[in-house]
Amino acid sequence: MPVIEARELVKTYANVHAVDGISFDVAPGESFGLLGPNGAGKSTTMRMIGGTTRRTSGTLLVNGLDPETRGPEVRASLGVVPQTDNLDPELRARDNLIMYGRYFGLPYSYLRPKAEELLAFAQLTEKAGEKVDNLSGGMKRRLTIARSLINEPSVLLLDEPTTGLDPQARHILWDRLFRLKEAGVTLIVTTHFMDEAEQLCDRLIVMDGGLIVAEGSPASLIRQYSTREVLELRFGSERNAALVDRLRGYADSIEPLPDRVLLYTDNAEAALAKVKADGLDPVTSLVRRASLEDVFLRLTGRSLVD
Amino acid sequence: MSAVVARPSERGVRGWLRANSAGRVGAVIERGFRVVGAQNWIIIVSGFFEPVFYLLSMGFGLGGLIGTVTGPGGRPLSYAAFIAPALLATSAMNGALYDSTWNVFFKLRFAKLYQAMLSTSLGPLDVAGGEIFMALFRGLLYAIGFTGVIAILGLTTSWWALAMIPVALLIALGFASVGMALTSYFTTFQQMDWINIALLPMFMFSATLFPITTFPVGVQWFIMALPLWHGVELMRQLSVGVFDGSSGVHLGYFLIMSVLGVAFTTRRLRSLFLR
Repeated sequence: MPVIEARELVKTYANVHAVDGISFDVAPGESFGLLGPNGAGKSTTMRMIGGTTRRTSGTLLVNGLDPETRGPEVRASLGVVPQTDNLDPELRARDNLIMYGRYFGLPYSYLRPKAEELLAFAQLTEKAGEKVDNLSGGMKRRLTIARSLINEPSVLLLDEPTTGLDPQARHILWDRLFRLKEAGVTLIVTTHFMDEAEQLCDRLIVMDGGLIVAEGSPASLIRQYSTREVLELRFGSERNAALVDRLRGYADSIEPLPDRVLLYTDNAEAALAKVKADGLDPVTSLVRRASLEDVFLRLTGRSLVD
Repeated sequence: MSAVVARPSERGVRGWLRANSAGRVGAVIERGFRVVGAQNWIIIVSGFFEPVFYLLSMGFGLGGLIGTVTGPGGRPLSYAAFIAPALLATSAMNGALYDSTWNVFFKLRFAKLYQAMLSTSLGPLDVAGGEIFMALFRGLLYAIGFTGVIAILGLTTSWWALAMIPVALLIALGFASVGMALTSYFTTFQQMDWINIALLPMFMFSATLFPITTFPVGVQWFIMALPLWHGVELMRQLSVGVFDGSSGVHLGYFLIMSVLGVAFTTRRLRSLFLR
């Protein structure tokens, strides 16, 4: 049985269709991603899964239960990491974990050792007695993730887990999430970072404007919607657009952006050599592997991060 | 993909409870006490002094100029003894409304405390019940303290004055339940200010500082329709142990207000917490 079964989910605020009829399944132990720009409807979908936003229409089952009519039971097996930290500023770090466990009805005999274990997992043992406001952004994020694990959830919802973190903090976090995945926890991750989606997700849906525009594993999406390699050329903002027509012959397809032109081809080095041989000399050039960013660009004509 | 067939959801009270509560109000109350315990006690005690300062300045200061006024049953009362029960009713109202509106609004919109609580297995009913309990508990402390002060100052003349404490709680419940429901409609601080705009005149003109007979009859009817006047009158009667037919009306007003307020808040729970 899938952990999550969503059919034709719709959420309408006032007159905005935040989520406009999406369907997907998530299997137990799977790492499932929702990729899309801000406002795509990812967080709204997450909140509907947790039963903290009422859906406008559609059906949704989490572990076989409807979160709208069985919210407390559904959330008993969920861990939730919200987009913005909502730690309790009136409690210290350790007490944040313990009190959160009390909301699940867990006894102190379980919570005391569990809180120490999670503080160690989040590398916060030394900060156990600190006030939350004295922790750095990365520490708060790790504490929030530790908190979400207090009830040993079978499904972990992570809404933009690494937004606002520096690269080092992001890697520590990804490492922790990998360990959870290895332990069999189902991860549901929203992100607008393509590298994060590639690192963490077995399978993902690409969302835009409340709709699913593509679905598959990161590798299969890249295969389906992009070429193997990409050649990025910069001719200066004036000339980029003007040269598009002349560049068409060098690649399978071309994506002109304000600051650069992307040439999709399976052999970017060869394409670059030809461009140079024909006397078009770009200011800078970059040969790289195609990524989910390119998939998104191809699907929507826009980039993920504005 | 196959169509998802949702299990038929339970109807009626049991189904509603399942959707909105884990039966764990206690965890929210536990958090409340833990925070109170760690808080600066001076902040908590300051709420107790507000009516005491009013009593000292107006009751004894201004009261010295006024002398004696007519209390319940036509008996003469010192001005301080006249306003003391009214101040208790007002402080029960203010405390309950502050906790159920500003405090709830802040925790909802800014501290995101309820968002965190509701991502656990707690339901909105647990959160609302726990928060109203904490508001009433604080109200209880203040009511005991202030009733003690006015008893020591000799401003009560009857053992009935002890009943002012549970009545203060009833007044608080009436206002807190309505206040929390109203908060579900508010989205900005500007809208929250309307509460204060309504409260100040209600305090000034609900026969708190002078008898209602000062006003023309039409205005009197208007004031009598508002809740605080009933609280003030009932408290005043309790402080001297003199009752008449109106006492039951005052008590009934708050019983009905509390029942309607709790029903109203319950109806608005999902709008308040699950947007």
